[in-house]
Amino acid sequence: MEQPALTADPARLATAVRRGERRALAEALNLLDDRRPASRRLAADFLRHLQEGQPGDPGHLIGMTGPPGAGKSTLTAALIAVWRRRGLRVGVLAVDPSSPISGGALLGDRLRMKTSADDDGVFIRSLACRGEFGGLSAEVWPMSLVMLAAFDVAMIETVGVGQREIDISRMCDTTCFVAQPGSGDSVQFLKAGILEVPHVLVVNKEDMGAVARRTLSELGTALGRAHTDGNWEVPVLSASATAGTGIDALADALTRHREVLGAGDRLRARRRRYQAHWILKRLQEEFGSHGVGQLGGEQAVLQQLASRDTSLFEQLESLRQTLLQPGGKHA
Amino acid sequence: MSETVKRDRPWLMRTYSGHSSAKASNELYRMNLSKGQTGLSVAFDLPTQTGYDSDHPLARGEVGKVGVPIDHIGDMEALFDQIPLDQMNTSMTINATAPWLLALYVAVAERQGVDPKQLQGTTQNDVLKEYLSRGTYIYPPGPSVRLTTDLISYTVENIPKWNPTNICSYHLQEAGATPTQELAYALSTAITILDAVRDSGQVTPQRFPAVVGRISFFVNAGIRFVEETCKLRAFNEMWDKLVQERYGVSDEKQRRFRYGVQVNSLGLTESQPENNVQRIVLEMLAVTLSKNARARAIQLPAWNEALGLPRPWDQQWALRMQQVLALETDLLEYGDLFDGSPVIAAKVQELIAGAEAEMTSVQEQGGMVQAIESGYVKRELVKSHTRRIRDIESGDLKIVGVNCYTQTAESPLTAGTDSGIMKVDVQAERDQIAALQAFRANRDQAQVDVSLAALRAAALGGDNIMPCSIACARAGVTTGEWSEVLREVFGEYRAPTGIDIAMAGQVGSAAMDEVRARVRRTSEELGRPLRLLIGKPGLDGHSNGAEQIAVKGRDAGFEIVYEGIRLTPAHIARAAQEEGVHLIGLSVLSGSHLELVEDIRAELATIGASELPLIIGGIIPEDDARQLLTHGVQAVFTPKDVDMNAIMNKLVDIIRRSNGLEALA
Repeated sequence: MEQPALTADPARLATAVRRGERRALAEALNLLDDRRPASRRLAADFLRHLQEGQPGDPGHLIGMTGPPGAGKSTLTAALIAVWRRRGLRVGVLAVDPSSPISGGALLGDRLRMKTSADDDGVFIRSLACRGEFGGLSAEVWPMSLVMLAAFDVAMIETVGVGQREIDISRMCDTTCFVAQPGSGDSVQFLKAGILEVPHVLVVNKEDMGAVARRTLSELGTALGRAHTDGNWEVPVLSASATAGTGIDALADALTRHREVLGAGDRLRARRRRYQAHWILKRLQEEFGSHGVGQLGGEQAVLQQLASRDTSLFEQLESLRQTLLQPGGKHA
Repeated sequence: MSETVKRDRPWLMRTYSGHSSAKASNELYRMNLSKGQTGLSVAFDLPTQTGYDSDHPLARGEVGKVGVPIDHIGDMEALFDQIPLDQMNTSMTINATAPWLLALYVAVAERQGVDPKQLQGTTQNDVLKEYLSRGTYIYPPGPSVRLTTDLISYTVENIPKWNPTNICSYHLQEAGATPTQELAYALSTAITILDAVRDSGQVTPQRFPAVVGRISFFVNAGIRFVEETCKLRAFNEMWDKLVQERYGVSDEKQRRFRYGVQVNSLGLTESQPENNVQRIVLEMLAVTLSKNARARAIQLPAWNEALGLPRPWDQQWALRMQQVLALETDLLEYGDLFDGSPVIAAKVQELIAGAEAEMTSVQEQGGMVQAIESGYVKRELVKSHTRRIRDIESGDLKIVGVNCYTQTAESPLTAGTDSGIMKVDVQAERDQIAALQAFRANRDQAQVDVSLAALRAAALGGDNIMPCSIACARAGVTTGEWSEVLREVFGEYRAPTGIDIAMAGQVGSAAMDEVRARVRRTSEELGRPLRLLIGKPGLDGHSNGAEQIAVKGRDAGFEIVYEGIRLTPAHIARAAQEEGVHLIGLSVLSGSHLELVEDIRAELATIGASELPLIIGGIIPEDDARQLLTHGVQAVFTPKDVDMNAIMNKLVDIIRRSNGLEALA
């Protein structure tokens, strides 16, 4: 049901989520999806408990993006298999587009990520990119915190390569771009500057042969250089999800990037910075630049988000409330 | 009638049948033959079709339901007890496990002392269409095409009178194909298979025309019987041209378009089911009237198939329809009735033009395998089917007794104590399992192991799969063991669902707007979008209904989680929980609804999700529906429920009720 006992007790829910209890995970994700004011308050409470009870910054949040048909889901499935063999537990947030007319959506990615029904080490939640609802954003970020708390690897898979998808992956520790051989898209993305975001590039379907090798070489020449993030050389890999080749190397590259990020304050600060940028985008999306202006402008908001020690979700909520208040700043 | 009038020989008359056990089915076959049936058409149960032994967990509730269970040579022998195989023409609706069932048939013939060279019949052996409709595929397309070509190459040399494959357009129509699509996809499949046989190098170029000559088709005939007649004439013309141009076949006999038919079952209605009798008769005319495009073999469904399993009397009625047409009417005394008709010729050319364009599109995508793997073909079929459903809903497509003239007097046909259908013996599954386990205990295990090792070696190494499969059959290998070895070598496949069709062309209506408003309002009250998981548990692969609900649900504003066919109850329960859905909708057409619902409820209880409401759709007899409703199922939908908006509203009502919201006016 919508609010059973577990959800009503945010502290207990947080403990159960950290233990990886599947029912608690499902309920926590439902709660974070819930837009009713009472649920938002519970959600804020829950996320605070989740963070407080969790010293350090565990896990690895990976964003997987790329054009439709590049085989992201099958590649994710192949990665899941590798991670499971290595004893890692994996949580996935799979994002599908929704219908702009009805708001309805078909969430089909699970089909391609089929895992054994009795494997407790994998958890997949599909999300619709709910356009008119203020974007996928409102759910995917807090949900990723839940996945990070419960799993060794948390993954966000997004369709398409629009700016929004790049935003989503920008808030991850590691962003992986999956290229489709021979589509010509890659060059377009290159021109659009989109390929400056990913930390790992992979050309899927290397079993296609020459076409895949050509795409690999196109990307290779352009990206054999340091990432703007610093201290990281972007690897350009080749794999085939269906033939099962190159998957271990891809998993290794992703892990290597996570290791470079390190731990402790530095990682925490990075995550907070990324998330703050992302929260700013969400506020702009919901209230426009006028709304952000009411809060003192971009820099002021970012500063405020970076400085305070309270949870970012609570800050987001409180900023939203400020703007939503009757007679408030947002006219 | 004058003595001198020369009549054509009638087509083969069959009834698609088999149930419960080999013994019960054998009795049924012998009874049918004594009534004048001239060939057999074996229906296998789903575990046999999908390569599981009767005691496999996935087989629970499915054993003997939609056909006969065949676990090993003992079952196959019992199935043909007192039926001499050298005199029989047997059609087997079998695909992923076709090489195995043919191997068993050959081994039984040997035991009867019959030379395999004398065997006549057909293995359906068309896995490609299983990815699009029906769903009894196991392996990925590549290995499946290889198994198909192995069987073809083997029979051409060793069982020369056998039809090794029946390329099916039948199931494409059931999945929504228009006549043009039927033509295009069936012929594209034939090209894929023939190219594969040619390229496999198993048949010499000199023998290749013999391969082409053995290819036959399995076609559907719908109620638009004039157009259907034209479709078959178009098939004739296109095939003749294709095999000459692409494969250089010159012998007229080897170029003939040979086909068998089952007339349309999808269009049979649950409401006023007696109307199905005239539908079946009219559809039979489509495949018999034109002599030059007449079927070689016909099987008719029974009038009550939309209600449940037909009884022997219902099947007899279907056989008598064929006999009256062939024996009483003067149809077989004339040449082709349509040659020279400009109306028919124009329609045939129109169909050919459309089909050729679509075939070109498939070829440009690299052929049928690529077009299936990319989801293209399935998407096109789901689009056509969705269009049809919308036309029925709007009344543009009239179905008497369903969306017009729905008033009816009570039917005496369904008034009996059996409600006009047959009930499968629930004891049959237990008996089959006990017999299988006894069989396993009594065989020479060393011989089994050696045979399976040889099978694995052939699968890996590329030798023809048939000789070692026949050796497995003789050694007492089981259906599940044979299939499992190949699963290990080839892997398992999950096909695209095709439900990601474009929203363009979506029809708005007042009723639809109201549904959307209800969905939106309930979403707002519950704080998040309504989510619905559509699950197909068990082995049944008939997914059209599930797909249509998925597409409609999305149009109505639901977020739909759909993973395709053949899921275990545990998988469905866990997916529902992981995805945080508000409702689980199950689709079951195999008759295993009672067992599967029980299993899913048990799984939900295990993971602490018993509160999730369940609904079910399928071919569900009224008695069972009542039972399901008292066992926690919130609603049961059957083919009678054609108003999709009403179904959607009901789903919203159930979600509201189970979340403590007041009912909407």
